[in-house]
Amino acid sequence: MLQELTERILATIAQAQRIPKERITLDSSFEELGIDSMDGVNILFALENEFDITIPDAEAKQIRNVREMVDGVIRLIQEKNAQKNQGAAPV
Amino acid sequence: MNRRVVITGIGVICGIGRNLASFRENLMAGRSGIRPISSTALGDIRFRRGAEVEDYNPAAYFDPRMSDFMDRFAQFAVIAAREATAQAGVVWTTELRENTAIVTGSCVGGQSSEDAGFRDIYHLGRNRVHPLTIPKTMANAGASHISMEFGITGPAYTVSTACSSSAHAIGQAFHMIRSGQVELALAGGSEAPFSYGILKAWEAMRVVSQDTCRPFSKDRTGMILGEGAAMFVLEPFEAALARGAGILGEIVGFGMSSDASHITQPSSEGAARAMRAALRDAEIAPEQVGYVNAHGTGTVANDLTETKAIRDVFGAHTERLPVSSTKSMHGHALGAAGALEASATVLGLHEGMLPPTVNFREADPECALDLIIQKARPAAPEYALSNSFAFGGLNAVLAFKSS
Repeated sequence: MLQELTERILATIAQAQRIPKERITLDSSFEELGIDSMDGVNILFALENEFDITIPDAEAKQIRNVREMVDGVIRLIQEKNAQKNQGAAPV
Repeated sequence: MNRRVVITGIGVICGIGRNLASFRENLMAGRSGIRPISSTALGDIRFRRGAEVEDYNPAAYFDPRMSDFMDRFAQFAVIAAREATAQAGVVWTTELRENTAIVTGSCVGGQSSEDAGFRDIYHLGRNRVHPLTIPKTMANAGASHISMEFGITGPAYTVSTACSSSAHAIGQAFHMIRSGQVELALAGGSEAPFSYGILKAWEAMRVVSQDTCRPFSKDRTGMILGEGAAMFVLEPFEAALARGAGILGEIVGFGMSSDASHITQPSSEGAARAMRAALRDAEIAPEQVGYVNAHGTGTVANDLTETKAIRDVFGAHTERLPVSSTKSMHGHALGAAGALEASATVLGLHEGMLPPTVNFREADPECALDLIIQKARPAAPEYALSNSFAFGGLNAVLAFKSS
């Protein structure tokens, strides 16, 4: 499940940056992928839309590589799901 | 023909004052006009502060029949032009009206009117927009309304180079007077970007601070949007002298350049080229400059590259070169920024008091400049530069001489 999510995030980044998905790994640096600050903002926008999350500016500023981006997005998705499940009747 | 060009009138309306006198007072007192945004409903927008014109009431300036035809940005342009021409004591004749130029700058023009119209059709499902949406939105509306206000029939146009717009506009008008193309010019810029759609677009860029504007301070968190207008009356030195007009300052140089590198990331080389071009145009040496009004947006991208550019151009003289960013008070008024900052620069030279950078808290080793911090600094430099650097990499620098 986590692996699947990671793949989807990487695919979203690749599509936004218009590079082949094979070029991106969790260990890629932004420099290697030619991602500058405006590209970064563009990618965050794509991720927010793809996963229906909001990435706060303060958190966005801390992100320095793909791994941090993926970890951050997974955490926000999990938080969103937890919120959604809150108040739901226990099974 | 290369005539000297002087400023005989300045009109200002912005977040730190609705006229030149209050602008001057707040500027020199270091009072910031950055406050919670109130002219538009912010909804979920992440930033909440801007430098709006306080308690703006169009009815105080315009007959409703007239203001119906004008977006807020065009109203600001006319208000500033009225103050500038009144101060200059311009006596209009048919001949002078034909020989007067109007050059205005604006980045977003009347996009607030457009935004309202688009909201009507896309969001509210109406099937028509206001019939004045087009003439209110066009970026040249400010220039057109100024021309109608005073009956000016000479060359009139608008420059749109994002955050450099009004610096380009003043520079163009300066060259027109210097070369003898016209005998008088009204030049400056106006902007009114506080509408929901435009603010959402700025939010998406993640460059607007949720705190305040802290140029060159290590704890900076981005820019703060502003609005308003500033207009200059420019005329040949000899003409001003002959009619006994008060001279507020002199424009001596104008330099332009293009980064040709990135649509949003500034380049220090491009900024430095524009400053060097202004010095060359003014025929002055870097060591003669005693103040730089920085573009100083309070973003990391600007502050670091602008510092590098200043150090490259001025070398060792940088240590003795006072620099400030008045955006910390009037915000980043986009297409009006260059004109507001040119006004601050001219006032500083004229009064021997250089306006400060406020909201400064922490020195940044990467912005090693002689920053005028928190309080205005008494100094009487002969020459000063006003820097404007735009998204899109289009740079405009004006050089002024004190009068």
